[in-house]
Amino acid sequence: MKKLLTTASLLVASMVPAYAEGTKIGVITTLSGPAGYLGEQIRDGLTLGLQATGAAFELVVEDDGRDPNTGVQVADRMLNEEGIKLLTGIVFSNVSGAVVPEALDAGAIYVSPNAAPSGLAGAKCNPNYFVVSWQNDSLHEASGAAAKKLGYTTAVALAPNYQAGKDAIEGFKREFGGEVTEIYTGVEQSDFAGEMAQIRDKAPQVVFQFHPGGQGIAFLKQYQQSGLLGSIPMVLSEPSYDGVILKAVGPAAVGVTGTTHWNADFDNEASKAMVAAWAAAFPETPLTTYAQQAYDTGLLIGGALNKAGGEDVAALQAAIKAADFTSTRGHFAFGANQHPIQDWYMTEIVADEAGNPKIVTKEKIREAVGDVYAADCKM
Amino acid sequence: MILLFEQLLNGLQYGVTLFLLAAGLTLIFGIMGVINLAHGALYMVGAFAASWVAIQTGSFWGGLLAGLVASAIAGIVVELGVMRRLYARDHLDQVLATFALILIFNQSTVLIFGRQPLFTSVPEIFSGSVQILPGLPYPTYRLFVIAVGLAVAVGLYFLINKTRVGMLVRAGATNRQMVRALGVNIQGLYTAVFALGALLAGLAGVMASPIVSVQVGMGDEIILATFVVVVIGGVGSVKGAFVAGIVLGMFDTMLRAFLPATLQQVMPGPEAQALGVGLSSMGIYLMMALVLLVRPRGLFAARG
Repeated sequence: MKKLLTTASLLVASMVPAYAEGTKIGVITTLSGPAGYLGEQIRDGLTLGLQATGAAFELVVEDDGRDPNTGVQVADRMLNEEGIKLLTGIVFSNVSGAVVPEALDAGAIYVSPNAAPSGLAGAKCNPNYFVVSWQNDSLHEASGAAAKKLGYTTAVALAPNYQAGKDAIEGFKREFGGEVTEIYTGVEQSDFAGEMAQIRDKAPQVVFQFHPGGQGIAFLKQYQQSGLLGSIPMVLSEPSYDGVILKAVGPAAVGVTGTTHWNADFDNEASKAMVAAWAAAFPETPLTTYAQQAYDTGLLIGGALNKAGGEDVAALQAAIKAADFTSTRGHFAFGANQHPIQDWYMTEIVADEAGNPKIVTKEKIREAVGDVYAADCKM
Repeated sequence: MILLFEQLLNGLQYGVTLFLLAAGLTLIFGIMGVINLAHGALYMVGAFAASWVAIQTGSFWGGLLAGLVASAIAGIVVELGVMRRLYARDHLDQVLATFALILIFNQSTVLIFGRQPLFTSVPEIFSGSVQILPGLPYPTYRLFVIAVGLAVAVGLYFLINKTRVGMLVRAGATNRQMVRALGVNIQGLYTAVFALGALLAGLAGVMASPIVSVQVGMGDEIILATFVVVVIGGVGSVKGAFVAGIVLGMFDTMLRAFLPATLQQVMPGPEAQALGVGLSSMGIYLMMALVLLVRPRGLFAARG
C-alpha cells in the first residue's frame, strides 16, 4: 500500500510542469490589439522550444500593447523589482528600440525572437544583445533578390511609414537593383484603395509590400478585389504572409511569391519535431515563422540554461553566444553583431486540395548571408 | 485623369463610411450632450456579428441583418446600463466611462472570437468590378458601399426633416431643456437616438468587413477621424456630418494619393516621401483647426 502511494505521488510529481521552479525569463510581447496574435505565437513557440530542451524555467509574460512606453515600464519592473536577468519576446521594432537599451544598461541579456532594427545591429551592437530571427533588412533583401531572380526590372514598393517599413523598402531596393517607386502607407491604415489606384497607374512588373498582421490581410484582400492580383505579380517578405494572414485571406493569396528563412515543409529533424509539437499543442492555430523563431529562441536559451545555469550572467552570455543548438531552419550561426547568418528561400503560395492557400518551398536564393550592419559592429 | 477619378471615388467611399459613423455620433453628442468614445466599439460589434454570421451561414445578407441587430441591441444595452447615468455628469466622467466601455468591448470580443482576424468575402453579385471608364475597372462592392451611404443620407434627411421623431430630434439638438419642459418622453427619445446611432455605426462596420480585416480594435482606428468630422460638421448636425464626412474623406484620400508625388517634383526622393506622408496624415487635423478658427462651432452647428 505504501509503495502504491509512493508510486502515485511520484506520478503526480512528474505531471507537475518541470519549469515551475526555474530561471525566470521575462517575456515582453504584444498580446493586445490587432497584432495580438503575433505575441501569442511568440509566447507559445518559446514555451514549446524551452520545454523541448528540458531546461528549468519560469516565464513571466507581460503585454506591451505595441507601445514603447509600456514596454519600458514592464521591463523596468521585471529588471528592478523581480530581478530578472534574461529578457525576450518583443514583436515590434519601435518597442525593442526603447526596451533593449534599458535592459542592457541594467546588465541583463536580451535575446530577440523577432524585431531586429538596424539601429541596434551596427555601431550600437552589444555583447548581451542577441537576435535569433533575422536583421529587419535581410527579410526584405531576400524579396529583392527573389524579384531580381524572376527577371523583373520595375517595382512598386509599399510599407507603413515607420522604421521597420523604411528598413523594408531599403532592404528590397538593395538587392533588387531595378527601378523602384516607393509608397509609404499609414501605420494604422486599413483601406488601401488609394494605393491600389497608384499601383494600377504605375503598372510595374512586380509589387513588393510589407504590411504585417491585420494590415497585410486587408492589403491582400483589396489587391484581389481591385483586380490587380491576376495582372501584376506580388513578392512578399515572410511577415506579410504568415499562416494566420493566409488563413484569413483565403484564395486571394494564391499565386503570390514569398521569401522566408523557414517554412513548415522543411525536411530536417528539428523542424519536424517542432511542427509535431505545435500540432499537438495548438491544433486549431497555424504555425507561423513568429512561433518558429521563438521556438528556436527557446532551444537556444534552454540549451544555454542547461549548460550555464541562470545565476551567472557572464556564463549564460557565453553559452548563448556559442549558439550550440540545432535550428529548425537548418544552417544557423551568429555573425559579428550576434545576428544570424542563414539561408533564404523562395516560396510559392499554391492552392491545396480544398482550395486554401499553402506555402511551398521552391528554391534557395541566398546562402549563409548575414546583414550589412555587421561590418559596423565593434565589440 | 483616370487616376484622379478613381481616387475621387475612393475618397467618396471613405467619406460615406465616415458619414455613417459620424451621423450617429453627432446626434448622440448633440442631443444628449454625451461624448461617446465607445462609438467605434459599436462599429466593431457590427463588423464581428456580420462576419461571424456570414461565415456560419455563408450569406452576406444574413450577416448584414445580424450586424445591424447586434449593434442596435448593444447600443440599447449601453444606453440603458451606462449612458443613462452619465447625462447629468461632466464630460470627464463621460470620457472615462466610455473609454472603459472600449476596453470592455475589446476584451469581450477577444474572449468570444479570439485575437485572430475574421475573414468574409464580398457577396457574389458584388464580386468583380465594373468598367466605369475605359481603362478603369472599379470594384463593384465599393460602388455598393457608396450607394448604401448615399441612401442612408437621403433616409436620414427625410427622417429628421419630415417626421415627428425627426422634429423632436432637431428640437433636442437645439434646446434639450425646453423639449423636456414641454412634456416629451425624453428618456425614450434618448434610447431611440442612441440605438439609431449604434445601428448606423454597425452598418458602417458591416460594410467595411469584407474590405478591411475584421479584428479587435478596428473601431479605435477610425473613431478619431469620425470625431474630426463631427467637430467640423458642427455638433448635432446630420447635414454637417454628411458634408464634412464626404469632404474629409476626399481631402484625406487626395492628400495621401498625390501629395508625396507632388513634393517629389520639388525635393529629393526620400525627404519628399517622408514630408508628404507626414503632412497628409496631419491634413484632416489642420483642416479642423482652420475651420474652427473661422467657425468655432463647426460648419452647420445645431445650437445657436
